[in-house]
Amino acid sequence: MGARRSLARLGSALLVAALLGSAAPAAAVPPEKDELKLGFIKLTDCAPLVIAKELGFFEEEDLYVTLEAQANWKILLDRVISGELDGAHMLAGQPIGATIGVGTKAPVVTAFSMDLNGNAITVSNAIWKRMQAADPKLAGPRPSHPVSARALVPIVEEFKAKGEPMRMGVVFPLSTHNYELRYWLAAAGIKPGFYTNGDSTGTRDADVLISVTPPPQMPSTLEQGTIQGYCVGEPWNQQAVFKGIGVPIITDLEIWKNNPEKVFGVTAGWAQQHPETHVRVVKALIRAGQWLDASPANRKKAVEILARPEYVGADAAVIANSMTGYFEYEKGDRREMPDFNVFFRYFATYPYYSDGVWYLTQMRRWGQIPEPKPDAWFDATIRSVYLPAVWRQAAERLVAEQHLAPADLPATDGYKPPDSGFIDGVPYDGRKPNAYLRSLAIGLKD
Amino acid sequence: MLDVRQLLRTIGAPVMALALFVALWSAAAARIETSIGALPGPGQVLLAARGLVAEHRAERAREGEFTTRMEVKRRAALAAGEPWRDRQYAGKPTYFDQIATSLATVFTGFLIASLVAVPLGVLCGTSPTVYAALNPLIQLFRPVSPLAWLPIVMILVSALYTSTDPLFEKSFLSSAITVALCSLWPTLVNTALGVASVDPDHLNVARVLRLPWYVRVRKIVIPSSLPWIFTGLRLSLGVGWMVLIAAEMLAQNPGLGKFVWDMFQNGSSETLAQIMVAVFTIGGIGYALDRGMIALQRAVSHDVRAT
Repeated sequence: MGARRSLARLGSALLVAALLGSAAPAAAVPPEKDELKLGFIKLTDCAPLVIAKELGFFEEEDLYVTLEAQANWKILLDRVISGELDGAHMLAGQPIGATIGVGTKAPVVTAFSMDLNGNAITVSNAIWKRMQAADPKLAGPRPSHPVSARALVPIVEEFKAKGEPMRMGVVFPLSTHNYELRYWLAAAGIKPGFYTNGDSTGTRDADVLISVTPPPQMPSTLEQGTIQGYCVGEPWNQQAVFKGIGVPIITDLEIWKNNPEKVFGVTAGWAQQHPETHVRVVKALIRAGQWLDASPANRKKAVEILARPEYVGADAAVIANSMTGYFEYEKGDRREMPDFNVFFRYFATYPYYSDGVWYLTQMRRWGQIPEPKPDAWFDATIRSVYLPAVWRQAAERLVAEQHLAPADLPATDGYKPPDSGFIDGVPYDGRKPNAYLRSLAIGLKD
Repeated sequence: MLDVRQLLRTIGAPVMALALFVALWSAAAARIETSIGALPGPGQVLLAARGLVAEHRAERAREGEFTTRMEVKRRAALAAGEPWRDRQYAGKPTYFDQIATSLATVFTGFLIASLVAVPLGVLCGTSPTVYAALNPLIQLFRPVSPLAWLPIVMILVSALYTSTDPLFEKSFLSSAITVALCSLWPTLVNTALGVASVDPDHLNVARVLRLPWYVRVRKIVIPSSLPWIFTGLRLSLGVGWMVLIAAEMLAQNPGLGKFVWDMFQNGSSETLAQIMVAVFTIGGIGYALDRGMIALQRAVSHDVRAT
């Protein structure tokens, strides 16, 4: 040991000599805090954090980061708010919900969108068989996609007639999955239930009861029959295929093309006290996203890293199923889907106001926001949560360091042009949230 | 003289039982198919244990590489006249780190419990009024599960422990306090019983000698109730160790409980074998802690009958 240490010292001394020969970099502001503890949930979309650490992007920013898996989204958010974690992998709805006080109230902000898409809805084998029986288009080994929830309507009715409504799982009341599953059901006329002041479970007037289960427990909860289906991120849909306990029937990419999924969240207080650290974290994360989307070979390497037990920990084969440009619906029905996980392309890392406003509209649509709000409120709220200025500062430094091309920075005021990439074709304009709410058939109208 | 039958019973019987257990386990493992693969047999569990050791070594090697990189940066900073501060290696805790965390947590909780329970027990034992007053509370809180205490403790720790540069992690404190809350009862009750059953003659002598109360407690009450107190402490440590695993699962304290939970969340083909390694580790450490307490009890109280 001693001999090895001194050998290492000698080696490093030589390296120092080599480094000193090169020009010293311009003196930069040091980070306010360089030992950080960041939380994540065991899902493949925690990849930017894991890659930034494992490939040394954090260390290049003089950040020494510990990544810690958290038991569930609630504990993760509470620990960020209490300061035990400096920041974390969060559901896009979490910083918004926390800021406006849906659930735990505390100002949480984000300057980095971690990925697009990456979720799917899985139903049990029995439900899938009945859906296939109800709709001939779904029969056979390669049914036509996207699968509408219309085939589910008679099954939902049957469950209701028995007095035992159908149950489905999502991972958190504020999660993208909750809104995606609700959107998909409502697009076929199935009422997913409303949140009211007296009912924080969101099951009032519901055709399907939606409940909360942590992502890694989804497959076992489905297997036990507690729920008949769920909406979750990977690898937990592919896990169902592997275990033969369920069938992923639709990806969120087919519900809303290129929807924003996870973000990197910190408290507003933390962001204020650590502006330089924040920019550096975002820099490292943008580079990780870029690396992840750079080549299929990188994705393969990412799968191998994510499969380690301290990160996602699922078997590499399961993770690879969705991370390498394919998606397997039923066993054997493997289809090419290069956009299932997007970490960088389409300006995926930029925190668009319009993406955040969509979540606000859904919170209002289902009653989590208890009273109507004017359009100006939506804009003001999202500007207090999404911090594209921090992203831009990080990206511009990366351009100066020649890690990014100027074209990698979107020319935008934060609002995307009206988007009609939804399964029911209803267009969405983030500047007119109330008009959008009125255009949706099911849900609160203003 | 060597009594063969005695020898057979003390060594042969446990070995036979162990062999039977392993055989039954292997037979069952081959037949039970779960959603994440077959139930692992003894061989796979041994392999998983080796894997954890290998991971520990690999992590230490990475730490070595980090130290080297830091040394380069340190020299560069010093040569450029910039300030330098040493950084801790931010790697993942290995299985052995997790065992160490669990032990530190359980002993902290146990220490808190003992500091509360022994004095309170002495008080209860010496004063029937205090005992009568506290008894309903003791009976009320004694059977409460750690999973019920933990959320309360976590919220209180978050609210009350707000140092900017905390000495302990909140998750560590929450777990240790939960362990303390669940494990102080056996010590409390046993100390009270022990103190109450001190030979009245001894106390009468003390009264005749007009010994002040603290001398009475120190010279007579504590020594004669030591066997009781130690029995209580031993039970408390056992309860604390059992409770700790559950507390760590939810409090996110990076010990064995979190290991079990994380592996469960992984849902990989390795999961079951790794959790079984943890089960054997937890059992083994629990057993060792118990034997340690017995040795301590013997040493302190000269009670050779303690088993």
